[in-house]
Amino acid sequence: MKHKYTLLIYTENHIGLLNRISIIFTRHKVNIESLNTSPSMGENIHSFVITIITSRDKAEHLRKLIEKQVEVLKAFIYEENQVIAMGVALFKISTSSIGANNILEQLIRSSSARIIAVEPEFIVVEKTGTQDDIKNFLDSLSGFDVREFIQSGRVVVTRPMGKLTDYLRQMSEMEEKD
Amino acid sequence: METIKSGISGAEAVTLALIEEGVDTVFGYPGGSNLPIYDSFFTHKDKINHILVRHEQGAVHAAEGYAAAAKKPGVCMVTSGPGATNLLTGIADAQLDSVPVVCITGQVNVSQLGYDAFQETDVVGFSMPVTKWNYQITRASEIAETIAKAFFIARSGRPGPVLIDITKNAQNEIIENFEYRKCTGIRSYHPKLKPQEDALNEAVMLLNNAKRPFMVLGHGVLLSGCKSEVKTLAEKLNMPVACTLLGLSSIESSHPLFAGMVGLHGNLAANKMTNECDVLLAVGMRFADRVTGNVQKYAPQAKVIHIEIDPSEINKVIAAAVPIVSDAKSALKKILPLTRSSSHASWIEKMNAYKKQESETVFSRDLDKNSKILRMGRVVKAVSDMMPEGTVIVTDVGQNQMASARYFDYKKNDFLVTSGGLGTMGFALPASIGASSIKKDGAVVCVMGDGGFQMTMEELGAVMQYKLPVKMVLLNNNFLGMIRQLQELYYSSRYYFGEMANPDFVKIVEAYGINAKKITSQEDLEPAVKEMFDTPGPYFLEVQVEKSENIYPVIPAGAGVDELLLSPEN
Ligand SMILES: Cc1ncc(C[n+]2csc(CCOP(=O)(O)OP(=O)(O)O)c2C)c(N)n1
Ligand SMILES: [Mg+2]
Repeated sequence: MKHKYTLLIYTENHIGLLNRISIIFTRHKVNIESLNTSPSMGENIHSFVITIITSRDKAEHLRKLIEKQVEVLKAFIYEENQVIAMGVALFKISTSSIGANNILEQLIRSSSARIIAVEPEFIVVEKTGTQDDIKNFLDSLSGFDVREFIQSGRVVVTRPMGKLTDYLRQMSEMEEKD
Repeated sequence: METIKSGISGAEAVTLALIEEGVDTVFGYPGGSNLPIYDSFFTHKDKINHILVRHEQGAVHAAEGYAAAAKKPGVCMVTSGPGATNLLTGIADAQLDSVPVVCITGQVNVSQLGYDAFQETDVVGFSMPVTKWNYQITRASEIAETIAKAFFIARSGRPGPVLIDITKNAQNEIIENFEYRKCTGIRSYHPKLKPQEDALNEAVMLLNNAKRPFMVLGHGVLLSGCKSEVKTLAEKLNMPVACTLLGLSSIESSHPLFAGMVGLHGNLAANKMTNECDVLLAVGMRFADRVTGNVQKYAPQAKVIHIEIDPSEINKVIAAAVPIVSDAKSALKKILPLTRSSSHASWIEKMNAYKKQESETVFSRDLDKNSKILRMGRVVKAVSDMMPEGTVIVTDVGQNQMASARYFDYKKNDFLVTSGGLGTMGFALPASIGASSIKKDGAVVCVMGDGGFQMTMEELGAVMQYKLPVKMVLLNNNFLGMIRQLQELYYSSRYYFGEMANPDFVKIVEAYGINAKKITSQEDLEPAVKEMFDTPGPYFLEVQVEKSENIYPVIPAGAGVDELLLSPEN
């Protein structure tokens, strides 16, 4: 059975690490649905949020292979109900298609989106939400001339209360010194 | 220890770092992008011995052979571009067999990276899937720390190959302050975990209550150096022991509890008992497909205790009832005092019956001194009977490898070096060079097939130049024998491209000034082997063996380990 899994990976900030991580998915022929990488809390700690659709066993195997990389501090795996996820999307809409009535404005307001730039030829609308929210909002814009649409990778926070620093401390306690 | 120097070049820093890491031998090949380092080697040639291989693939295999014999990382040094691409097969080999190797590649100047400069290739990119770790140094100031890290990563935990690419400007730059400190830990890397108490207790309980315990030893036993713990545990519990291909030589072949090799061309007892034991203690092994046969039919009856240092191997292939993520030696040391002595007499009797059955059906045929045809097993046995104690046995890939695995009699201090995971033809000769560069006493035997020999036979040049005392045994069947066997068994004997027109090997070897001899009959075998061991320095013995021989037993494709066939008849 395939499900959506989110891998949350904490790493050092190292050139080439993205490649090392992504080839693990390539080798297993698992498509990356969404990827986000950014600095995280803590000294020089980066995080990757990767969403994949695969079986539980494979997801767990991938997690171990990722954690095996020297510069990976820790990799966690979560099911959909264990994360609170958000993404942001930008829409560039041509001014000429907006018309005189304020349908678009109502739509934006009712969808908790907002206008972040106004230019003579276009406006830019920003919408934050789940991937479904963003997809629904895009669908609702079908009557307008959307010239560009771009969506970020999703970022997540997790429901379990563990802290990275606690895990790292645990790991070093488990370590055997020569 | 800490070394401080000022005003030295990056290249000099590389050499000093290698010396600090205790490197005494480097296998390499020069080129435009690593010449500064070669120049610095020249200065320190009393400390670092450089062996010029004849192809960069040979440099990695030599470093692998060195690592196995010296029990520390092997080092190779090559240039950018083709020098670097030629390494790949060897690096992949080291990765799959967990061999600690540090590869250093020269690289074009940092300013030229990405602009298709002469001999520029993205070695960091293309070696990523086959290295444990790699890094590109573009400033001399990074050299000390990176090399220290590289050695630490290569040898710690589950060992493996690392690669450092050093741009030429970094080799030429002057370092104001060169300080060398060995690496002792990396924040994001936990190579060795303490064995978990609960798991250890469960394992002990299973072992103490087992009626038919069975231990399978992998490469991890040799890597963690726990041969004596393994033997003590086996003897205390009276627990039969088998080895994977890479685990061979972790226990003497003559040990009364030794059931043989598991897997595709393994022994009857070892494979049958896998599917009859009630507790299977797997030590430092990864249940490779050549070991398990059909996974669904692998030891379904057994409770598996899996001692393995790499967490990603746990439950990868076979679900472990008790996983112990730990170094093999640490885990066994804790388990040993908690176990109870037991006898398991009827279980051992069963093993002996299987051993007898295989001996009567398979060994008697393979080792027959009166047969008209000369079989590989017979040759290997003759070499084994005459080799000195403490021999390093290096094999190539194919039938010659399986015959060597099966018929060498591994004594206490012998050990086997072979290409398991990648099955790299051409491995043996360069790996023997690495092993013999430190085993000067002449105790390196290199067994090859006519196909594999021709893949890296240019390394005869290194054997000649450094007078390396490798005893080369060529099992010539004028065939890619293993391929011929597969075509016979699975493709209705439609032999295609398995047969080779071979050169006069003896003439080729003699052209290198190496003693060589070819024999074709039974009577000449023992005298020729004796002559080989009696002749100081390198020696090449070509034995014309039967070409239509098949290696048996075999586990047919898709079958379980207990369904192995002893001969074509059954
Ligand atoms: C580099 C490489 N290419 C191809 C193979 C596939 N292969 C496995 S065994 C074998 C035949 C080896 O022939 P030879 O070296 O003569 O040994 P023999 O089996 O005859 O003892 C081949 C082609 C391989 N293992 N490695
Ligand atoms: Mg052959």
